[in-house]
Amino acid sequence: MAERRSPAAAFAGRFAAASEGGALRLAELPFRTQLNLRVDPASPAARDLGDALGAPLPVEPCTAVTAGDVTVAWLGPDEWLVIAPPGHRPELLSKALGDRHGSVVDVSAQRTTLLVGGPRARDLLAHGCALDLHPSVFGPGRCAQTTLARAQVVLLPQADGVHVLVRSSFAAYLAEWLLDAATEYLR
Amino acid sequence: MLLIPCPWCGPREEAEFHYGGQAHVAYPDDPAALSDEEWARYLFFRDNPKGVFAERWSHSAGCRRWFNALRDTATNEIHAVYRVGEPRPVTS
Ligand SMILES: [Zn+2]
Repeated sequence: MAERRSPAAAFAGRFAAASEGGALRLAELPFRTQLNLRVDPASPAARDLGDALGAPLPVEPCTAVTAGDVTVAWLGPDEWLVIAPPGHRPELLSKALGDRHGSVVDVSAQRTTLLVGGPRARDLLAHGCALDLHPSVFGPGRCAQTTLARAQVVLLPQADGVHVLVRSSFAAYLAEWLLDAATEYLR
Repeated sequence: MLLIPCPWCGPREEAEFHYGGQAHVAYPDDPAALSDEEWARYLFFRDNPKGVFAERWSHSAGCRRWFNALRDTATNEIHAVYRVGEPRPVTS
């Protein structure tokens, strides 16, 4: 079997070192299952997909719902990103959709997830992101597609910090940027 | 830098958007029936007002949806944004 290597695997050591001071927690959360889901939110198919996921598809822009270990993030009025632990089986959703109008596409390899946690996480992200990331307006249950240091990302605030979903080919760039921007918070 | 209110995501910085030119340019009913001049007018000729202009924008680094905006070309003030398929809002 071929060796599997995540996009930011080479940064594990430097992420761990940057996390030692306690101000920040940086890590890659590799190989998470990601499914791109497109369906008319008013259709019976959308309801069935919500049932299969354990929570209705969020229709309010820039929100996300979590059911068990699966998070569904709003990407557009008819588009969602389903995020689940590595190895989650996409067939369940394809089955729920059946042959009705819509699509379930496995995009797990498109993006990797970088965890930016710790008390200075928001300060670090603010160096390269124009959005208001204060927990009062951007806590769990929210999501945002925006740019971080000019790289397109999906931001998901979670209990352990902000999950930064970045395209695989941008992961090394963003990891370098995060480590550079973090310098002032490290001891 | 403009702060553009995406009708889905809310206010975002201009760098997240792509500009799409004049809105409400209808595709000809019967393109084959047009003369070359009429076809060229459809393809290349656009209004260029000083003042309120209805134009298309795409929130390309966000929700990636196209929408329309009424922007004052002299002041850059955005008077309204509206989703595709919605009528152009009336402004004073
Ligand atoms: Zn948007």
